Amino acid sequence: MKILVPVKRVIDYNVKPRIKSDQSGVDLANVKMSMNPFDEIAVEEAVRLKEAGTAEEVVVVSIGEQKAQETLRTGLAMGADRGILVVTEDMPEPLGIAKILAKITEEESPDLVILGKQAIDDDSNQVGQMLAALLGWSQGTFASKLEQDGDKLKVTREIDGGLETLALSTPAIVTTDLRLNEPRYASLPNIMKAKKKPIDEKTAADFGVDISPRLETLKVTEPPKREAGEIVPDVDTLVAKLKEMGVAA
Amino acid sequence: MSTLVIADHDNSELGSATLVAVTAAQKLGGDVTVLVAGEGSQAVADAAAKVEGVAKVLHADDAAYGHGVAENLAPLIEGLAGDYENIVAPATSMGKNVMPRVAAKLDIQQISDIIAINDDGSFDRPTYAGNAIATVKTSDAKKVITVRGTAFDKANAEGGSASVEAVSGPGDSGKTEFVSAEIAESERPELTSASVIVSGGRALQSGENFEKYIEPLADKLGAAIGASRAAVDAGYVPNDYQVGQTGKIVAPEVYIAIGISGAIQHLAGMKDSKTIIAINKDEDAPIFQVADYGLVADLYEAVPELTSKL
Repeated sequence: MKILVPVKRVIDYNVKPRIKSDQSGVDLANVKMSMNPFDEIAVEEAVRLKEAGTAEEVVVVSIGEQKAQETLRTGLAMGADRGILVVTEDMPEPLGIAKILAKITEEESPDLVILGKQAIDDDSNQVGQMLAALLGWSQGTFASKLEQDGDKLKVTREIDGGLETLALSTPAIVTTDLRLNEPRYASLPNIMKAKKKPIDEKTAADFGVDISPRLETLKVTEPPKREAGEIVPDVDTLVAKLKEMGVAA
Repeated sequence: MSTLVIADHDNSELGSATLVAVTAAQKLGGDVTVLVAGEGSQAVADAAAKVEGVAKVLHADDAAYGHGVAENLAPLIEGLAGDYENIVAPATSMGKNVMPRVAAKLDIQQISDIIAINDDGSFDRPTYAGNAIATVKTSDAKKVITVRGTAFDKANAEGGSASVEAVSGPGDSGKTEFVSAEIAESERPELTSASVIVSGGRALQSGENFEKYIEPLADKLGAAIGASRAAVDAGYVPNDYQVGQTGKIVAPEVYIAIGISGAIQHLAGMKDSKTIIAINKDEDAPIFQVADYGLVADLYEAVPELTSKL
């Protein structure tokens, strides 16, 4: 089995985003950037499948600025075999990303593409499903468990109210939820080794797909702030408040 | 102008998130049609026809649609899409799973998880875990939209009298097979539609303590039970209890956070609650910065006292 794992360079999970004063977006200058956490889970799952002997090759791909190469190196240090970097001037929208990934998937013919369910910057939750649609493949989104079952892939999905298990025919798309696995930290020797692994560099134009944006961002603003209320002295006061609200009799 | 709303349901009841999507659809203007795709789902189609503001219900009843498998559902929606300017679904796991598949096939850049529809035709949507609200306008002629379940009022479940029309689609794609579902059976209200939620955090220390401290209070208040990511990751409660940016987004009348510190991730999932009450022994916990009423106390003493006095 060959696995393709798209990864996105995003603001680090622990950094609180600051909105630019002209409301044009979030200020990313001199901000720590990392691999999207859901994508880390995707890389981890692919590497585990390789370590279990189920997969032979894991290819990571990233689309965006030149610096996305660092994100690919992270994936290579975690155990992926090689990388593909697609350099674009602006970050394409999910549909544009899915179109580029569809072309790469056609060239690479993986049996499985594992993606994060959403990127923690734009929170769209679209690319995996869109890629599945463009390729006409099965999709197992928000996966919390993945196992091979003959020529099918059994995917347990986190859905509202519980869990659901689907059997996907392959090739297939899987998107990761939080609890699929716990990604490893790359060891120093593996980080050194990753520097020697190949990264193939391309540009968006190489794929001949229309990635022009459809959405115009008019402004980006802070959410309305919630004011802190009062600290109540004791449980009795809280009981009185709940009664006032009509929540308790 | 006309809008197709994709209903979220379990083949017997129309989900309340669908009522929220209907309100958003009405705000877009024009006629609202609801698609009920399911198996043995006549009751849902009938319920959708009664929703105030719905002009028509399309009902596709087929084994292929019984479990909402995206590979089957998306071609049905694509086939119907020609008649509508907007295709709208609630941002539930169904909507999130199916709609991008529809959008890509129609070459449309979906607008996910909207929280407001502005007069100039733009939409507000939360990004960066709710820390930045983006106002976006699309150049696509047709729009595919998912709607956050807490962002608009629910449409009235009664008062409408729409016609129900049977429709059919390509059926089973043969690509994906539904195997099983484990849906927690509970007497409690559903987390995303409950008017009161009692939520527990890492300070509960165990699943047993959830049963001992959180459940009796929730019982007293007729509340749903939620949890922070830390409590879920520690295995105290199942995954579907998680409230937060990567879990459930809730906005009840009253949200009671017990032993929850209030990480950004968690706040993103509950800060639209009407009233927030926090009980935490750490007076510096960030949860107190968003709470309307805070009680600085040891939960193991305060919660049993609260429960007994209600």
